[in-house]
Amino acid sequence: MQVKEYKPLIVAFCCNWCSYAGADLAGNNRLNYPADVKIIRVPCSCRVNPMFILRAFQRGADGVIICGCHPGDCHYTSGNYYTRRRMAALFSMLDFLGIEKERTRVEWVSAAEGAKFAATMNEFAQTVASLGENKRLEDLRCKK
Amino acid sequence: MQRVGVFVCWCGSNIAGTVDVAAVAEALKNEPGVVFSTDYQYMCSQAGQDIIKNAIAEHNLTGIVVCSCSPRMHEATFRKTAAAAGLNPYMVEIANIREQCSWVHKDMTTGTEKAIILGKAAVAKVNLNTPLTPGESPVTKRALVIGGGIAGIQTALDIADAGFPVDIVETKPTIGGKMAQLDKTFPTLDCAACILTPKMVDVAQNEKIRIFSYSEVEEVGGFVGNFDVKIKKKARYVKEDICTGCGACVDKCPMKKNPNEFNLGMDNRPAIYIPFAQAVPKVATIDPNACNMLKNGKCGLCARVCAAGAIDYTQKDEIIEEKYGAIVVATGFNPISMEKFDEFAYNQSKDVITSLEFERLTNAAGPTAGHLERPSDGKSPKTIVFVQCVGSRCDACSEKGKEYCSKICCMYTAKHAMLTRDKYPDTDVYVFYIDVRTPGKNFDEFYRRAVEEFGVKYIKGMVGKVTPEGDKLKVQASDLLSNKQLHIDADLVVLAAAIEPDKSARPLATMLTASMDTNDFFTEAHPKLRPVESPTAGVFLSGACQGPKDIPETVSQAGAAASKVIGLLAKDKLTGNPCVAHSNELMCNGCSSCERVCPYGAITYEDKEFRMPNRTTKIRRVASVNPAVCQGCGACTVACPSGAMDLKGFANSQIIAEVDAICK
Ligand SMILES: Cc1cc2nc3c(=O)[nH]c(=O)nc-3n(C[C@H](O)[C@H](O)[C@H](O)COP(=O)(O)OP(=O)(O)OC[C@H]3O[C@@H](n4cnc5c(N)ncnc54)[C@H](O)[C@@H]3O)c2cc1C
Ligand code: SF4
Ligand code: SF4
Ligand code: FES
Repeated sequence: MQVKEYKPLIVAFCCNWCSYAGADLAGNNRLNYPADVKIIRVPCSCRVNPMFILRAFQRGADGVIICGCHPGDCHYTSGNYYTRRRMAALFSMLDFLGIEKERTRVEWVSAAEGAKFAATMNEFAQTVASLGENKRLEDLRCKK
Repeated sequence: MQRVGVFVCWCGSNIAGTVDVAAVAEALKNEPGVVFSTDYQYMCSQAGQDIIKNAIAEHNLTGIVVCSCSPRMHEATFRKTAAAAGLNPYMVEIANIREQCSWVHKDMTTGTEKAIILGKAAVAKVNLNTPLTPGESPVTKRALVIGGGIAGIQTALDIADAGFPVDIVETKPTIGGKMAQLDKTFPTLDCAACILTPKMVDVAQNEKIRIFSYSEVEEVGGFVGNFDVKIKKKARYVKEDICTGCGACVDKCPMKKNPNEFNLGMDNRPAIYIPFAQAVPKVATIDPNACNMLKNGKCGLCARVCAAGAIDYTQKDEIIEEKYGAIVVATGFNPISMEKFDEFAYNQSKDVITSLEFERLTNAAGPTAGHLERPSDGKSPKTIVFVQCVGSRCDACSEKGKEYCSKICCMYTAKHAMLTRDKYPDTDVYVFYIDVRTPGKNFDEFYRRAVEEFGVKYIKGMVGKVTPEGDKLKVQASDLLSNKQLHIDADLVVLAAAIEPDKSARPLATMLTASMDTNDFFTEAHPKLRPVESPTAGVFLSGACQGPKDIPETVSQAGAAASKVIGLLAKDKLTGNPCVAHSNELMCNGCSSCERVCPYGAITYEDKEFRMPNRTTKIRRVASVNPAVCQGCGACTVACPSGAMDLKGFANSQIIAEVDAICK
C-alpha cells in the first residue's frame, strides 16, 4: 500500500531584527530546510499574541515556532523576556489541551546564525512530522 | 475593497531558477482584491520600478505586493517607488520569495508552491493595510546634563563646542565630581586637578553653558526633542552673581566645626564655605544646619564682612522651568558605606580609611597638605595594608556588598601603593587581593611596576580581621598561594570600597522613565550597539552612572553621548516610525497592563469623557500612546487583556490574515 507522504504545516514567527535576518542568511548561504516552514515577520518576538498561535492550530497548522533575538539582545531590550514567559505559560496550557509540547517552540536565532536557523527548522519539521497531523484544535468550521 | 497589484520578480535566475514566476503571478490573480498581476526580470531596476508606477496609475492601485528578495533588502526601494506614484508608502508589502524560498528549496514545484502561499499571505495582509504617516515633532535645541563630574563636564563641553546651548545641573555647590577629590591619576600619574580644573574653567567661561550648581532636577515631562524640566535651585543664601569668591566670609565665620564633605569629614569647615580653591562656580554657600544666623537669627558676621554685599539670609529655593531636546544622565557613583564591614574595624579606628579618604590624605590640597599622616595621631605610618574588593564581588546572598566587580579598585590601589613607596621608601606596603584585574592600555604594565620597581608586596588572599591594639592595627589574613596565616602589625589600613550609583539615581530614573539594572546602574538601549543611549528616546548616559568606569572610559563615553545628542539637536524635526501602537479607547479599560510592559514609557493615561446610552456621560481612564516615544515593539498589544491595544503596520487582523493564508 502506498501512503501519501505526510507534510507538516509549520508557521514560524520571526522577529525583524535577529531571526528574520537569520532566516535571510540561511537563504544567502543556500542552506536547505523544508518548504513546510512559512515565515511571518513581526517587529519583535513579543508581538506574537497567543491568539495568533491558537488561530494557526485551529486552521490546521501542525507546529508553531517563534524565533527571537538571544536573551539580552532584543532590539527593544526586554521583548524576548516577555516572549519567554508568555510562551512558557501558553505552551503548557496547549499541552494540557492536547497540543503536544513538541509542536510548539521558542528559539533564539541571531542575525548571524543562518546555519542555526536552517538546522532548527529541519529538526523542528522532523519532530512535528513524527507526531503526525494535529487534529486537536482544528476547527472544522474554519476549513472550507 | 483594496485594489491590489502584484509584481513578481525573477531576480534574474535567482528566483526564476527554482520558482515558476509566471505561475505565481497567475495564481495570485485570483486572490481577493488583486486587479493586476505581472512578473518581470528585475523589479528593483528602473524599468521594473516604472512597471510598478505605471500600473499604480493605470489600474488605480491602492496597495501593492512585490514578490521578490527580502524586505530587508528592498522594502525601502519599493516604498519610494510607491510614493513616487502617489501611493502611500506603507501600502506596500513584500513577499520574500528569494532568501526564504527560491534560495532554500531545490525543485521548481516546491519552490513555486511555497512562493504562491507567501504571495497569498502578503496579499491578505495588504488588503488590511492603511495609509500611515510618520509623525513629526520639533526639536528644542538645548541639552540638559544632570551631574557635573568629569562625565557631565566633558559631555557639556562637546555639545557646546558644536554650537548648542547646554545646562548642567549639579547637586553639590561645585562641579568636578569625584575626580576633583583625587590626587594623582593612573595610568599616567598626572595630578587630577591639573587636568580637571582647566576643563572646569572652560565650562565656566563657555557662553553656551549654564551651570545650575547646588540644584536638583524636580520634574521631567515631555518626550524626545521636547522635554519640560523643572530644576530646583536650592537656596545657598549667597547671591551667586555678586559673590566674587574672595573668601573673607569663610575666614570670619565663627561656626568653624562642621565636617568638611569635600575632605570626607577628615577636617572641618565653617558654616559658610567654598568647597575647594578651584571650585566652579567659585561662590560661597551657607550650610543652613550650621549657620547661627539662619538657625537662631544671631550672628550675621558674614554679611558684615562681605564687601560685595552678596550675603542674603532670606534667599529661598527657586524653581526654574526650561525646555530641552535631549537629556544626559551623568550622576556618577559613590563608594559604599563601610558601616556593615565590622571585621575591618572601620568604625573603631580612625586609622582604617577608605581609598577615597586616602586620596584626600595624599592630596596637597587635602587636610594634611599632602603629608601622609595617620588620622589618629598624625604620625607617619610605617606599615600600610591595602585591602581590595571590600564589598565588591560578594556572594549573591551577602547583604553587605555588591555582586559586581567595581573595576577601578585594582588600578587605584596599585597607584596608591606605588605612590606611597615612591614618596616614603621606608614604608612597608601590602596589598591583599582576590585577583588583580588590569585590562586596559598600559594598565598591566602599571601594576607590574608597582610590584617589580616599587617593591609593593602583593598577597593573594582576603583579610579576615583587623583589630586595633594600642597604636597598631593587628591584621589577620591568609596567603592563599603559600597557604599560610599572616599576622601584620599595620599603622594604616586602606579599604578599596566597592562603588555604587548615586542614591539620587533611582528617583531620577523614575522621573525620566529610563530603566536601571538591579544594582541601580542605568541600562543602555543596547549593550553592544547603543551603549550611550538609554532605552528612553532622547535620554543619554555618560560616565559611572551606567557602570563602574575609570576616567579614560568615562571621558570616551561622555564624548560619545555628546555626539549622539548633537546628532539629535542638529535635526529640525524628528520623523517617527509610523508603525506604532495605538489603543482603541472604547475598548480600553485603563488596567495599566500595557504601561507596565512598555520599555520606553510611551504609554500614559488620560481621563476621557464618553457618551453613554442613556444620554449621560461618563469619565473613564484610558491608555494613550505617545507616537514620538513608541518604538513599535508590540509588547503592549499582547499584554492588553481587552484587545484595545494594536500596532499599526503589524495589526492583529493583518497577522491573523497572514496565518489564515498560510494555513489554508
Ligand atoms: C579612590 C578612587 C580613586 C580613583 N582613581 C582614579 C585614577 O587614578 N584614574 C582614573 O582614571 N580613575 C580613577 N577613579 C575613578 C574616577 O573617579 C571616575 O572614573 C570618575 O570620577 C567618574 O566620573 P563621573 O562624572 O561619571 O562620576 P562622578 O565623579 O561621581 O560625578 C558625578 C557628579 O554628579 C553629581 N550628581 C549625582 N547625582 C546627581 C543628581 N541627581 N543631580 C545632579 N547632580 C548629581 C555628583 O554630585 C557629582 O558631582 C578613582 C575612583 C576612586 C573612588
Ligand atoms: S509598541 Fe512597544 S514601545 Fe510602543 S507603546 Fe507598545 S510596548 Fe511601548
Ligand atoms: S492594557 Fe489595554 S485595556 Fe489595559 S490600559 Fe492598556 S490599552 Fe487599556
Ligand atoms: S527584536 Fe528580536 S526578540 Fe525582540
